[in-house]
Amino acid sequence: MDNKVIKIEHVGMRFNLMEKKVDNLKEYFIKLMKHELRYQEFWALKDVSFSVNKGDRVGILGLNGAGKSTLLKVIAGVLKATEGKVSIKGKIVPLLELGAGFDPQYTGAENIYLYGAMLGYPKEFIKDKYDEIVEFSELEDFINVPVKNYSSGMKARLGFSIATIVEPEILILDEVLSVGDARFRKKSEAKVKGMFDDGVTVLFVSHSIDQVKRMCNKAILLEHGQLIAEGDVKDVSFIYEQKVTGLDAETLRKKKRKAKKDKEKKAKAKREKAERMLAEKEQAEKSLIENEFVEKPLADNELFEKEQANTSPINNESSEKEQIEKLPVDKELPETEVNTEERSGINSPISETTIQDLMKPAAVETNVKDADIKTPITENTESENIG
Amino acid sequence: MNKVTKNFKKYRFLLGELVKKDIKLKYRSSYLGILWTLIEPILTTFVLTLIFSKLLGRAEKAFPVYILTGRLLYTFFANSTKSAMKSIRSNSAMIKKVYVPKYIYPFSTILSNYIIFLISLIVLFFASIVFKIIPTFYLVQIIIPLVLLLVLSLGCGMILATMAVFFRDLEYLWSVVLMLVMYTSSIFYHVEDLDMGDMAWVFNLNPLYLIIVNFRNAVFGRPMDNSALLLSIIYSFGSLAIGLFIFYKKQDKFILNI
Repeated sequence: MDNKVIKIEHVGMRFNLMEKKVDNLKEYFIKLMKHELRYQEFWALKDVSFSVNKGDRVGILGLNGAGKSTLLKVIAGVLKATEGKVSIKGKIVPLLELGAGFDPQYTGAENIYLYGAMLGYPKEFIKDKYDEIVEFSELEDFINVPVKNYSSGMKARLGFSIATIVEPEILILDEVLSVGDARFRKKSEAKVKGMFDDGVTVLFVSHSIDQVKRMCNKAILLEHGQLIAEGDVKDVSFIYEQKVTGLDAETLRKKKRKAKKDKEKKAKAKREKAERMLAEKEQAEKSLIENEFVEKPLADNELFEKEQANTSPINNESSEKEQIEKLPVDKELPETEVNTEERSGINSPISETTIQDLMKPAAVETNVKDADIKTPITENTESENIG
Repeated sequence: MNKVTKNFKKYRFLLGELVKKDIKLKYRSSYLGILWTLIEPILTTFVLTLIFSKLLGRAEKAFPVYILTGRLLYTFFANSTKSAMKSIRSNSAMIKKVYVPKYIYPFSTILSNYIIFLISLIVLFFASIVFKIIPTFYLVQIIIPLVLLLVLSLGCGMILATMAVFFRDLEYLWSVVLMLVMYTSSIFYHVEDLDMGDMAWVFNLNPLYLIIVNFRNAVFGRPMDNSALLLSIIYSFGSLAIGLFIFYKKQDKFILNI
């Protein structure tokens, strides 16, 4: 399936780093006579070959100086390769620097037409897209102000909106999604993602591996001007991470697995803690509700008992027992009534009264317990409140 | 060749936009704006008439018109070649970011200067009326020197644009050459008045002089000077051919030097 929109074959790019820069006639002739015109060769790219299918999103990874920007410039046609062949099928829109093509004296509106013309679009097309561009850039009235008065963010927004709204077939992004404020970055990423669905081929350079993994489906890796990896974005970015961290594959994999496990553990612990706190809260609320229901029907003697119990918090347990014994309830009844309750349910009238009696000591108990739960740390304050 | 014409069609809009931009911005910040294209030649002609009619003693009726015919053409040639020379360097930011056929840059500056030149011819028109120069049928011939002038400027502009990328001090060298051209273009004197004798052919080395000769023939109602015409055709198209050739050869290296 010959779906290739970009074909790079054995491309090399050589720069001449002159030892001493000569830029006037006199020096040039003198050096020519003296045979001092020495050229120091620097191969920014050497024997790079790869191809891109329509609709691919290719991330270009590499450390600084690997030749990424040079490669993009060769593809965009800005630089002519010293050797090799570059074949492009489709309209290229390069976004190598936001706001570079603007004339500072011109207004934003005039620059839209100028920039669109530079990208090779006819006048009618730009006219159609004009309103959309202004809207996306959020510049509103500032569109009629000379660009020299724009902030860098405004220039970036304008450049980006022009480049993406003119419907490119091949879009080249050289680290431009990391420019601008957070909101603009989100917007630009969303816009580029939207273009993927339209089948736009994208070449994407970024130093953020996460961003590349999010946006691309393929990737290539450059090092010192040579292509050392090409393929699926996950595989290539793994190799890149190896280069960046300096670890070999096994160690890196282990490290990643460990990091992943730690992350999961942390997340799990966080979840459990949240659940625990939620459960405790629910229980506290539940018992509070129960207390409120029962607190009212307490008789005078019980209230007295309660007060006594509260004034001596240290002897809670023993006072509870005393209270239970003091209650005018037949000791046998609770035992038997418990049984009948289990068998016959709560509907029989005899059991109602006895259950109420049953519930009274329980109520006192929970009251104290409630106090414990509410202020588990400070028992002093508790006694203060009650006292 | 087909590719070149296809490319040109694609960037036709850009050429128009760049020409528009040059003209718009040239006078945007000045008060009188585009009127300066008319006022400047009037003022300079006035000064030149004053000085040279007294100096050379020739009491000529339509001397201002004579001066204007030379002065306007020279001004265009000088301005267009100077701006073409700087065009690549001043657009370096754009060249480094987007692919645009590079000949568009010098072409657009020369064209914008040409349009301003054509506007300034209004001054010549009114001066002719004032000094009672009656247009004859020969005026139709004016098209030929106008076209040749444009071609000559394009050719010289391309040569200069290419060389100036690599040798920055060419700008100073060219100012001296322009001065030489100005004094040998017979703008404010008649060649016949100078006693050149055997050296008279020296003037034929100046392509601008040859064009001015035929331009004056058309304005003053005389037939074309054929030898001058032939020579100016050779100069103009020759310089264009050389200019395009060396520009094409060197354009890929521009980006490395700007």
